[in-house]
Amino acid sequence: MLKKRIIPVQLLLDGRLVKTNRFGEYRDVGDPVKSSRVYSDQRADELVFLNISRDQPNVKPLADVIAAVSKVAFMPFAVGGGIRSFDDAAFLIKNGADKVVLNSIAYKDKDIITRISERFGAQAVVVSIDARRSSGGGYVLKSACGTVTEDITLAGHIKACEAAGAGEFFVQSIDQDGTMAGFDIPLIKDACRNATVPVIGCGGSGDYNHLRDAFLESGVSALACGSLFNFSDSNPIRAKAFLSNYGLPFKVV
Amino acid sequence: MIGILDLGMGNLRSLSNAIDHNGFDVQVTESQAGFDDFTHLIIPGVGHFRAAMGAVLERQLRPPIQAFAASGRPVLGVCLGMQLLAATGTEGGEMEGLGLIDGTVRKLELGPDFRIPHVGWNSLTKTKDHPVYEGLKQDRDFYFVHSFAMQCDDRADVLGETDYGGPVTAAVSHANVVGFQFHPEKSEASGLKLLENFCLWDGVC
Repeated sequence: MLKKRIIPVQLLLDGRLVKTNRFGEYRDVGDPVKSSRVYSDQRADELVFLNISRDQPNVKPLADVIAAVSKVAFMPFAVGGGIRSFDDAAFLIKNGADKVVLNSIAYKDKDIITRISERFGAQAVVVSIDARRSSGGGYVLKSACGTVTEDITLAGHIKACEAAGAGEFFVQSIDQDGTMAGFDIPLIKDACRNATVPVIGCGGSGDYNHLRDAFLESGVSALACGSLFNFSDSNPIRAKAFLSNYGLPFKVV
Repeated sequence: MIGILDLGMGNLRSLSNAIDHNGFDVQVTESQAGFDDFTHLIIPGVGHFRAAMGAVLERQLRPPIQAFAASGRPVLGVCLGMQLLAATGTEGGEMEGLGLIDGTVRKLELGPDFRIPHVGWNSLTKTKDHPVYEGLKQDRDFYFVHSFAMQCDDRADVLGETDYGGPVTAAVSHANVVGFQFHPEKSEASGLKLLENFCLWDGVC
């Protein structure tokens, strides 16, 4: 049976780990190589690294971090933030990334999704979608770290990216980011309903009940957490011990 | 020396790090140079069957790989690398593979409740004994990412299965050749154990 996944999200700014609140207010939370080793020991299922430095001219610093992490953690890594070309993606994969995470570029250039997918397989392309609740109901999609509004619906974007070759979606609620107030479950359900590939939900986890509710109510394949593991003494082992009581399956290694 | 074949198809760094972590010497090569020095050959890969097999043919690697296997030294295919071991692939049109395992690689055909690609941790049910399984317990989880899977002509070549909308071939073996559909280098302690066992194996079952 395929297991549910719990994925620590690590945001990188100039080689350090940070955590945001509603996409702003950075706080330094440590060194990515050390924290990755700890997450590996804590039975995390996968690691997501997102570079949020906006003035970074290239993906080289991100590749350096991944190359170092891949010596200490033997688990899958999804890596993104600032990927602007096929060559950027190929460079990250060559340096230890298993999947690349595309966000802003996925709105402008579907061809890059197709090229990465045809070369490295659909499973190597994760499209990240940042969504904010709209005053009129529904969601608006935002690119460029939440600063630019995109004129396409969640369903429309998911369909278009899947058609281009996306193998997974990483759906993040800007409203819930860093609040530790719970996931935006309607958003995650919406994404799961529209996608035929796996969906990772992100944004707002503050305790294990939030994980339970999101897994059970949405059927999502994976949930990603930042603050929960950055700031509390919660960790993936304890999360899984709790969630196993509700019939949710997790890996045994 | 453990050789890893670089077909330009994905993340090889994790695999070479995992072999190195286990204490073995490892070398990544894009050509047949070095094949004579290798005690074991690993063919990794993610991506597209046709593209990867195209890379094998373009670099004229099919004869040296087949010769390596014929020498009795252990050969391991990982993920797409396992699929390349098959006689036939169908991704992007029917195409001949390396022919080291009799079988055909086909797209997963699953019910509506099962998303493709098959991504994540799933259990490996060992279907026979093998030296690479030494010390590995039944039904441990490994990390899978794939949309295609091998169907063996001979049931005796199936080394392990996983359950995703029905049985899916997760590992194959025939004489000194083995293949893992999952990524051992991404599967923590159990994966490192399998790789260690492979590197210690003399190719005899």
